[in-house]
Amino acid sequence: MTLRRLSWISIAASSLAVSGAHAALRVVATTPEYAAVASAVGGDKVSVTFLAKPTEDPHFVDAKPSHLVALNRADVLVEGGADLEVGWLPPLVQESRNPRIASGGSGRVAASEGIQLLDVPAQLDRSKGDLHAAGNPHFMMDPENAGIVAHHLADVFCRLDPGSCTAYQANRERFEKTLDERMRSWAAKLAPFKGTPIVTYHSTWRYFAARFGLVSDTFLEPKPGIPPSPPHLAEVIAKMNDQKIRVILVEPYQNRKQAEVVAEHTGGTVVNVCQFPGGLPGTDGDYFALMDADVSAVASALAPRSAS
Amino acid sequence: MRTVERCRSPRFAVAVFCGALALTGVAARAEPSAQDPPPKPAAQAAAPVTLASSPSGSSYVNLSLDALFAGGTSSVRDLGVLESGGHDPSQRGFTVQNVETVLDGAVDPYFRGQANIVLQLAPDGGTTVELEEVYATTTSLPHNLQVKVGQFFSEFGRLNPTHPHTWDFVDQPLVNGRMFGGDGLRSVGARLSWLMPAPFYSELFLSVQNGHGETLTSFGSAPGEMVFGRPIGESAVGSPRDFLYVPRYAASFDLTPNQTLLVGASAAMGPNGTGTDGRTRIRGIDAFWKWKAPNADRGFPFVKIQAEAMRRSYDAATSGDLPAARFGDWGAYAQAVWGFRPRWVLGARYDRVAGDIGNLPANPLQESRWRASADVTFYPTEFSKLRLQYNRDARLFSKDADSLWLQFEFLLGAHAAHKF
Repeated sequence: MTLRRLSWISIAASSLAVSGAHAALRVVATTPEYAAVASAVGGDKVSVTFLAKPTEDPHFVDAKPSHLVALNRADVLVEGGADLEVGWLPPLVQESRNPRIASGGSGRVAASEGIQLLDVPAQLDRSKGDLHAAGNPHFMMDPENAGIVAHHLADVFCRLDPGSCTAYQANRERFEKTLDERMRSWAAKLAPFKGTPIVTYHSTWRYFAARFGLVSDTFLEPKPGIPPSPPHLAEVIAKMNDQKIRVILVEPYQNRKQAEVVAEHTGGTVVNVCQFPGGLPGTDGDYFALMDADVSAVASALAPRSAS
Repeated sequence: MRTVERCRSPRFAVAVFCGALALTGVAARAEPSAQDPPPKPAAQAAAPVTLASSPSGSSYVNLSLDALFAGGTSSVRDLGVLESGGHDPSQRGFTVQNVETVLDGAVDPYFRGQANIVLQLAPDGGTTVELEEVYATTTSLPHNLQVKVGQFFSEFGRLNPTHPHTWDFVDQPLVNGRMFGGDGLRSVGARLSWLMPAPFYSELFLSVQNGHGETLTSFGSAPGEMVFGRPIGESAVGSPRDFLYVPRYAASFDLTPNQTLLVGASAAMGPNGTGTDGRTRIRGIDAFWKWKAPNADRGFPFVKIQAEAMRRSYDAATSGDLPAARFGDWGAYAQAVWGFRPRWVLGARYDRVAGDIGNLPANPLQESRWRASADVTFYPTEFSKLRLQYNRDARLFSKDADSLWLQFEFLLGAHAAHKF
């Protein structure tokens, strides 16, 4: 009898191990940049999936039933925590029946915790567009904030899986060391353009600009979340010509045609950037590769063009 | 236009709103939390709106008000029959379709609570209040179980459990009107659901609800009505046979990273009001498919296809000189909507209801008919919409009809979060 019971236990244990792919913690991230940091910190001790595609508008993601299944089995849920996912995450979490990731649960991580958010509205008023009550949620475009999130995740992983804590902290240190090195090279690449204004489609690049000394206060959207209108684009064109602004940043899901029209009227350049690893070629699952690509794209677009 | 919970007293409406406002005050005072950065003074001036809370929860109650209006006309005047839904356009000119106050939030670590209180203006100008849904769901039961308790829409098919402002058309499908009446199949009771441990989404539901009331058209509906030529009598719960049982199974598969399929099968079984042996059984299947572009901008472009079919078997009991008899009818709809560019959606729907009603006298509420609809919707933001819809109705005995409706919606307060 003992033998028989043992064999059942071992079958159950091995099937569990297979389903968990030997990972101690199952981590679900709402968007791919948190997944990239979680993978870097968790290493082979965690399995990481994410819900929003790197190429789609993160404000409007479908609450697919498969997401519900992923959340039901998650040990950790990493969300931005600044209302970016407010239109799709709450019903998924409510239906997931998983107290670990419920509000206040041991595995619920709001990445924005401990981060100083920009653009916190003094007054909540939707006539000013789709404002996020907690502030601008695109804080991961400042690499310093990625370091804060890595710290936060290492602490959570250690609390939930103390046995692997040394590995998590070592991974976190390696991540921070690489971040520091890359930070120096990113800052050096963008240093020549200190004070240069840029145009972006949405207010996604405010943290990026603040970190690297660029000025991001001109947007193709007249108000956050409101699509570009011809009168507003005319104003942007006038401002660009007036202040000699040359660069328009566009993400994979944003309307490139409108940016190209503005570029035509201003002699500007439309630059493909993305806030999510995997949204640009060669950046899959890698936060550093993504920032490399973004910084290089912006730097080369800002560089004075040789007359031809 | 008939709901047991409705109340025509304007005083009640006022009381509901006073209650809601009182909650606003409570929630607004509770809003700043210890971890939040110190709020700027101006933030407190906007207290009522700060109820629009974050998923992390900045208030005890999320409050929102959704208002849905229609305006337009039809070539016929019997709109109460032509449009089968209680929230459909009810007259030529303007209709207040649905003004819904939603309160929801965490009750404690074990339950979430939600209330949907609906206000409407009847064609005669009177205000009606409807306690559409009020229920609690458990949040931490073991084994992937969840229990919902209260007054709620039965989990049957895809459209029945949803609210009118989430629909892709101005009016509800004909089959829903025929099987479930103007206000949807809903009652007071409990629902157990189990998210099964499968690699794909697979969920079983069982609702047990009171089987009598005005929102149970095919079951113990309002006394005095005539269904399949039979008068409906008084009914109440006397034994387990008098409950409405609604089992449902739903499964979903991501066919590709950009395509998702959701299929379901439901049944509703319970007593009907024709007498002690009167029983009704409705069976239904539903399917929903969605494609969304991998680089969707504000969620566009997308294509959604949705279809439901239902069959009803109605066993009428002996009543007076009428012998016991079985009636059967069915209905279905299929619709496709295409979000062809950000903010813009085109839709088409085909509706059909038919059935064997024996040698009953022609009844406009039960005749065979079809309807074809086309609509275009503009969403300025996710908080408002404007929709134009054309319907072509063909009916076996009654006059055919052409109708044109314009619909407008606005949402105030907490950000709507939509299920799939």
